[in-house]
Amino acid sequence: MTLFGKNKPGLKKARKRDMPDGLWLKCPGCNEMIFREEQEKALRVCPLCGHHFPMNRTERLAMLADPGSFVEWDKDVYSIDFLGFVGEASYQEKLESNRRKTGEVDAVTCGRARLHGRAIALGVMDFAFLGASMGAVVGEKITRLIERGTADRLPVIVVCASGGARMYEGMMSLMQMAKTSGALARHADAGLPYIPVLTHPTTAGVMASFATLGDLILAEPGALIGFAGARVIKETIQQDLPPGFQRPDFLLQHGLLDQIVPRGDLKQRLADLLDFLCGPLTPSEPPSVPV
Amino acid sequence: MAAYILPFEKPLLAIQNKIEELRRFSAEQGLTTSHDVAQLEAQLDETRRDLYAQLTPWQKVMVARHPRRPYTRDYITAFVDDFNELHGDRLLSDDHSIVGGLGWIKGRRVMIIGTQKGRDTKSNLDCNFGCPFPEGYRKALRLMRLAAKFSIPILTLIDTPGAFPGIEGEQRHVAEAIAVNLREMFRLPVPILAVVIGEGGSGGALGIGVANRILILEYAYYSVISPEGCAAILWKNRARADKAADALKLTAPDLLELGLVDAIIPEPPGGAHTDPPAIAAQVRDAILKQLDLLAKLSPAQVLEQRYSKFRAMGVFKEGSVPALTPPPIPEDTRP
Repeated sequence: MTLFGKNKPGLKKARKRDMPDGLWLKCPGCNEMIFREEQEKALRVCPLCGHHFPMNRTERLAMLADPGSFVEWDKDVYSIDFLGFVGEASYQEKLESNRRKTGEVDAVTCGRARLHGRAIALGVMDFAFLGASMGAVVGEKITRLIERGTADRLPVIVVCASGGARMYEGMMSLMQMAKTSGALARHADAGLPYIPVLTHPTTAGVMASFATLGDLILAEPGALIGFAGARVIKETIQQDLPPGFQRPDFLLQHGLLDQIVPRGDLKQRLADLLDFLCGPLTPSEPPSVPV
Repeated sequence: MAAYILPFEKPLLAIQNKIEELRRFSAEQGLTTSHDVAQLEAQLDETRRDLYAQLTPWQKVMVARHPRRPYTRDYITAFVDDFNELHGDRLLSDDHSIVGGLGWIKGRRVMIIGTQKGRDTKSNLDCNFGCPFPEGYRKALRLMRLAAKFSIPILTLIDTPGAFPGIEGEQRHVAEAIAVNLREMFRLPVPILAVVIGEGGSGGALGIGVANRILILEYAYYSVISPEGCAAILWKNRARADKAADALKLTAPDLLELGLVDAIIPEPPGGAHTDPPAIAAQVRDAILKQLDLLAKLSPAQVLEQRYSKFRAMGVFKEGSVPALTPPPIPEDTRP
């Protein structure tokens, strides 16, 4: 124990989890207190300043897929600690604690859905699970999503978020960048549209693969989007970064994405874009029939 | 350039100093000490062999980063005939951290593309310490497409700490440059052979690494993140890079076992830099062997083989997901 140890016995930090779910929450965008129920109803967007709060995958699916239309694929593909990776905790322990925390098996949920009636292949990444890092499971599920999209002639939409490759799987995780990109080459060759939606944060290995390879690229307001982490860049160049660096306006200004789309407009915008690219729905694909 | 000794090579330095001393002594006194020198040299060889037979992953990373290790241009000089260097991405500039051009290897036409490090401050500034800008990847893709158009096989030599992390890279969208290379390399109907000759630094290496065959030198490494970066994340301490290097399974034998590389090119004991002509011959022969094998594939087979190779990469399980073990009960809530 150090002389000036920080962890004094008897003093415990109050954990967030121990606090009761309040009716109000503070918006980090405008520092105002907002009514939680109102924020939930507004797709977790601050009704005062438009700040986009994190959203879990269930909420994302509910927001994008027509009610009852989502059919999940590859639900039972799960990660294993094949390297026996031990950091401050083992990978196995990390996987279990993240499963416990989120109630999900890994960082991405994929399946078939309808978007205003149109059948699509939809993937949603969830930053709450190990920073939505891409290991073999994320790589495999995204690849299968794209391959199924190609086989069934479906547009592919992926709501992206990620801290990058999953370090705990070593080089196997890096190779998922190539694997997913290869699948996208074939999907594109089939003349099908692919639209990634970049949410907070989308970086590193995912950014340098499928998140960037869209026919069109959309981003949510306020999302951090980039390749290298700001800390790494700062350490490398020994300078402060310009304000708004790696934020959507910066990316739009430098020509790196097509549009910044607020959450509330996203479903309609995607539907309009797909209508334009694929042609309007034909009567053979009636919107009322679930998948 | 004075001898550069890696920290774990100290036992070698002691013997080398003795040899020097004896030589100097014999020159000054006019005495014959060749017998003793030969004995010491044998001892040096043996000690080096023993040292290199049991290098830790972190020590291999140090060898891979050795400042005298042969770089891309050294290999080109050693075994590429009539090298015709080609420049520029046609968009912004010519990134010197990626070298590319046409050449012949023992009578075979090859498009050679490789990341290039420098040996001193001046050359390192010129090639940005081997860390490519987006322009480098775009130049590489331009040359690869050129090769595909004229049915020329592509050889990439990988030796980079990673793509340059900086403001310019983000502004000019390095992520896009790498991602597009990953996708487009799957579309090139000519054989692609990648050789990791030194450092395989993450996405910056993979950006020219989507190949039909991937070879790696014995003491080279290929990793998703630098051991220092990994240690900074796991233990908030870059000094624990040795532990991170163990955990990442980044050495050539580890990668071969995982099925991520196809073959290992042996290095002389002491590393590639101790015998550059020998390692150049080894690398050339390994390249020729693979090029001749790949030449037997049709363009369609080349594409299919490359896709299947990467498609198969991934270790996971499928079936009923095992139930979670009950969470550990926090101490303060125990009765």
